[in-house]
Amino acid sequence: MTINELERIASQVRRDIIRMVHGCQSGHPGGSLGATDIVTALYFDQMQIDSANFRMDGNGEDMFFLSNGHISPMFYSILARRGYFPVKELATFRRLGTRLQGHPTTAEGLPGVRIASGSLGQGLSVAVGAAQAKRLNGDKHLVFVLMGDGEQEEGQIWEAAMYAPAKGVDNLIAIVDYNKKQIDGPTDDVLNLGDLRAKYEAFGWNVLEMSGNNMQAVVNTLKFARENAFQGAPQLILAHTEMGMGVDFMMGTHKWHGSAPNDEQAANALSQLEETLGDY
Amino acid sequence: MDFTIQNNKDTRSGFGEGLLEAGRRNPKVVAFCADLTGSLKMGDFAKEFPERFFQTGIAEANMINMAAGMALSGFVPFTGTFAAFSTGRVYDQIRQSVAYSNKNVKIAASHAGVTLGEDGATHQILEDIGLMKMLPNMTVIVPCDFNQTKNATIAAAEYDGPVYLRFGRPKVPNFTPVDEKFVIGKAQMLQEGTDVTIFACGHLVWKAVQALPILKEMGINAELINIHTIKPLDVEAVLKSVKKTRCVVTAEEHQRNGGLGDSIAQVLATNMPCPMEMVAVNDVFGQSGTPDELLKAYHLDTPDIVEAVKKVVGRKQ
Repeated sequence: MTINELERIASQVRRDIIRMVHGCQSGHPGGSLGATDIVTALYFDQMQIDSANFRMDGNGEDMFFLSNGHISPMFYSILARRGYFPVKELATFRRLGTRLQGHPTTAEGLPGVRIASGSLGQGLSVAVGAAQAKRLNGDKHLVFVLMGDGEQEEGQIWEAAMYAPAKGVDNLIAIVDYNKKQIDGPTDDVLNLGDLRAKYEAFGWNVLEMSGNNMQAVVNTLKFARENAFQGAPQLILAHTEMGMGVDFMMGTHKWHGSAPNDEQAANALSQLEETLGDY
Repeated sequence: MDFTIQNNKDTRSGFGEGLLEAGRRNPKVVAFCADLTGSLKMGDFAKEFPERFFQTGIAEANMINMAAGMALSGFVPFTGTFAAFSTGRVYDQIRQSVAYSNKNVKIAASHAGVTLGEDGATHQILEDIGLMKMLPNMTVIVPCDFNQTKNATIAAAEYDGPVYLRFGRPKVPNFTPVDEKFVIGKAQMLQEGTDVTIFACGHLVWKAVQALPILKEMGINAELINIHTIKPLDVEAVLKSVKKTRCVVTAEEHQRNGGLGDSIAQVLATNMPCPMEMVAVNDVFGQSGTPDELLKAYHLDTPDIVEAVKKVVGRKQ
């Protein structure tokens, strides 16, 4: 897929995010907008997947796990746009009886979701387990996991970070959505993450960095990581992103982490995002 | 039931043998252990199936979630550590990624209860049955001896869904039949009787067996049922027995709050209210000591079951 095509999908995903969160007056738009380009590139270009025939076991295809489950609007929009379930179902986000729960779950059987997430710090471990299952099965596909940067404060992340290189789990590509903000404010103020790159490198990861909102850079980096899998070590991509990307008044602040726009704000946001695939 | 003691063995060794057998029967069975391979008796499995054994180091949270991730692809992962670190330490991981996500993970929990002994209360978890049974989708199994633990482990591997399998450290009388098929959710009738029903689980089953002849001498004809599956509870068996005996004693190596007695009381209160006594730990932590000393100190021994039966039979009349 061309960079322009991917960018057009990302624009529609961003519209979906705004409309979903506005529709139910609830959800997490900031991080969703920031991580859109990365996950769009994964699902529409870089991952080998069979979205028309979703299989829980993920055997014979690449697998993706969303560890920071609160950015579910982005995840749901991309799954729907990729064909996992009807796009019109996005209108049910966070409403009673929906398969699109506030945080991703498996209980309602939404195609594309393999495990619940939301309570932070668990996704990297799940991905390591799934990657080891692929090794046991002789399945030469990759496992991807997206984590938040605030989530790096969870101790369990570092249990998994220690385990994966020690056991040579090299079919794993972990991505940190490094927007440097969390609910209470800048990560530097809440709990400074320090030199995240040096920390992962010290644990034995091959670390890449990319501009996570530059589609060309995202595609190039993911492609590079794919090509460098199976070299004995897991890979970590520090994705420098901007929370709220694509909507000017949602950028440069943590205030849109978990707040919904009102009618006027939503209209303003949508005026900044081209409708490329048709709204749901 | 024949109560002849075949030998004295620890239930954790039953798990070790059961895991090995499950691994031989099904190549999808894998095992994780958080630096307690010897204590959990997982060494034979690790030796025979090195590629299917994952040493996680002392990182229980990571272990639970890796098991969930591996279960996705059709594997049947067992996780092994002490009961204390299999439950409280990783409750959120189990809740979100195993129970809520309904993954086929078997949580094998050893050294449960006060019979862990000298290590003291930090390791003697008495709340784990409650923690696990509260989770939707979770099956909770507490076998009573070596043979039953082995057979329960094999049954857990064949069952599709999350299982909490609780067993212990000390050698205890091994009396249930070798290779008896373990049916999850099916209470085990050990002795039929008419005057009182004793529902027991785990190590307390043998303590209750020992109470039977003492009660007989006293003229009390007790029924003894082994509730090896706390959840799903065999409600039919419970009600059928109590309809006949009209009074109940429960016995378990666990807190009253959240344990077997609590589950039985719920069924009886809503279906068939009757006098009931609970032999269990009553809202205190354990301490160091030998297993036998601790069972006596916390009133979890045969004389305590006998006293409870006398009391409840008296309340009935």
